[in-house]
Amino acid sequence: MSGGAEFSIEQDEGGKARLVLSGPYLVSTVGAIDQDLHAIEGEFGTIDLSAVSEIDTVGAWVACRLAARHGAKITGESGRAKRLLAAVETARSDADLTPPRVPLWELIPELTGDLVSKGGQGVVNVIGFLGQVLIACGSLLIHPRRFRVKALVRQMELVGVSSLPIIGLMSFLIGIVIAQQGSVQLQQFGAEALTVNLVGRITLRELGVLMTAIMVAGRSGSAFAAQIGTMKLTEEVDAMRTIGISPVEALVIPRILAAIIMMPLLGFYSSVVAIIGGAVVGELMLGIPFWTFLIRIEEVVPTYDLWVGLIKALPFGLIIALAGCYHGMQVRGNSEEVGLRTTMAVVSAIFTVIVLDAFFAVFFTEIGWG
Amino acid sequence: MPEQNAPDAHKRFRGEHPIVVEGLKTAFGEHVVHDNLSLTVNRGEILGVVGGSGSGKSVLMRAIIGLQAAAEGEIEVFGRSIVNAEPDTYLGVRSRWGVLFQGGALFSTLTVGENVEVPLKQFYPDIEDELRHDIARYKVMLSGLPEDAVSKFPAELSGGMKKRAGLARALALDPELLFLDEPTAGLDPIGAAKFDRLTKELQETLGLTVFLITHDLDTLYEICDRVAVIADKRIIAVGTIPELIESKHPWIDEYFNGPRGRAARASKQRADGAA
Repeated sequence: MSGGAEFSIEQDEGGKARLVLSGPYLVSTVGAIDQDLHAIEGEFGTIDLSAVSEIDTVGAWVACRLAARHGAKITGESGRAKRLLAAVETARSDADLTPPRVPLWELIPELTGDLVSKGGQGVVNVIGFLGQVLIACGSLLIHPRRFRVKALVRQMELVGVSSLPIIGLMSFLIGIVIAQQGSVQLQQFGAEALTVNLVGRITLRELGVLMTAIMVAGRSGSAFAAQIGTMKLTEEVDAMRTIGISPVEALVIPRILAAIIMMPLLGFYSSVVAIIGGAVVGELMLGIPFWTFLIRIEEVVPTYDLWVGLIKALPFGLIIALAGCYHGMQVRGNSEEVGLRTTMAVVSAIFTVIVLDAFFAVFFTEIGWG
Repeated sequence: MPEQNAPDAHKRFRGEHPIVVEGLKTAFGEHVVHDNLSLTVNRGEILGVVGGSGSGKSVLMRAIIGLQAAAEGEIEVFGRSIVNAEPDTYLGVRSRWGVLFQGGALFSTLTVGENVEVPLKQFYPDIEDELRHDIARYKVMLSGLPEDAVSKFPAELSGGMKKRAGLARALALDPELLFLDEPTAGLDPIGAAKFDRLTKELQETLGLTVFLITHDLDTLYEICDRVAVIADKRIIAVGTIPELIESKHPWIDEYFNGPRGRAARASKQRADGAA
């Protein structure tokens, strides 16, 4: 006999056939013969288990199923097999493993409707959340002692100070790319001296703040959503509420304030580092001395370019922190939700920032800060 | 890639001691959890493991199932050494034990039925879908869950039902050895008593050896054949409860002869008297 589970069909004298199972009938062995067992047809009087060397609940289940399908009686089982058969017999069930599936023609309209109503609900919720934040701000103004200075400083460190190296490196490289690529194009008009204008104006006005916003959304917006989301899952947020601490005051406001305070600083820092990157390219490739490049910046970049960048940074910071905290507070159910909400926080923050940036570009030009 | 079954996966363990731990030392950095710990588990028994909070009960379980590296010592499961074992040895052993973690540790994105199917798919990919669904269904029923729980997600279950669902997954591969980490913690007394009875029934029906970590004195009195006590970084005593009650060790004495210990003993005696 080989090592696996086997079966054979024998004719009894009474006329009815007998199905003889032999070998080990275990979870590790029945997989190999399950299909063959399925293919058996006809009626049997008995199923003989006396040659079965070992059996577990899976083997017992298979025997039970065979007995039910072929109208047979089980004989020759050992004491252990008898116990297992009795146990699986009582545990019979036809329930579905997964929740029932909805057919496609119902699913598509349902999903579309869901999307629309959830989109509308989402907008209402965000506005509601903003309202909660404003109310909490108001109550903090009345009771300034409840304000969490430590949490604010900690968040400012996380959002601002610890992102200095990565934002610096990114901005430096962007400055290099703008100066180098810009000079190649401007050379065609013999105007490579204008590289200074290009680098200075584009970084202070647009790219410094925009790239910083994208980096902060990726670094800190996601962290806000994941932290608050995990705290919701572990019921820390509920615990705060029961103790009488408002989660919006304790968790959301420090993060939003930290982002609003740090964004202009980071944006300015990013612009400065990008200009230094441009000046390095000027020195090495364009024959403009490093210090001359920096002095020229002062002459060619109007001060309102700096204001445009700094003013935009405030709402960008608000949007990033608001999206992160809002999605974090929306987490319920399971750990998958934390990941989903984190993604949504980053995507919606970056998207909104870029839309708003387009609006600001038109707005500032219209008011004469072109 | 699906893991291959070890060639002798269908041989049940015939030896006397499915778990033998000799001179185990585990440590987190400087902090030594176990020092020279030895423990032998007999086949077919329910061994209760007790000890104060932080005494290293769960760490001992994690060391035995290979989640926590041992600094020194020897751990044999089913007669095979698993300290620094080859991956193949691990596979052969892993399909033969089931583990119920404290919180159930169910995969939250799968339904209860699908949770039970995970180990089956992993170790025995050649089982047909239909049979695998059948197995998942009766395992869930065997664990004492209602029929409609099969298609529910863990987040929709109560604490007690999660434990039962975790038990169903632990039993998925018809293990010979079952690890239970505080199975009755957080259950109401009625639910805890039911879970105890279920454990005992399954142990008798399926011929399991059970390694059971618990704080619950009633569980010890009701279903444990022997009790091992962890204190001072090692097993200070193993024996039946009457043997341990006689012990002179202050921790054991306080544990079994303190107010809760006496209450559990009295209720056991009442139950025995009534029966």
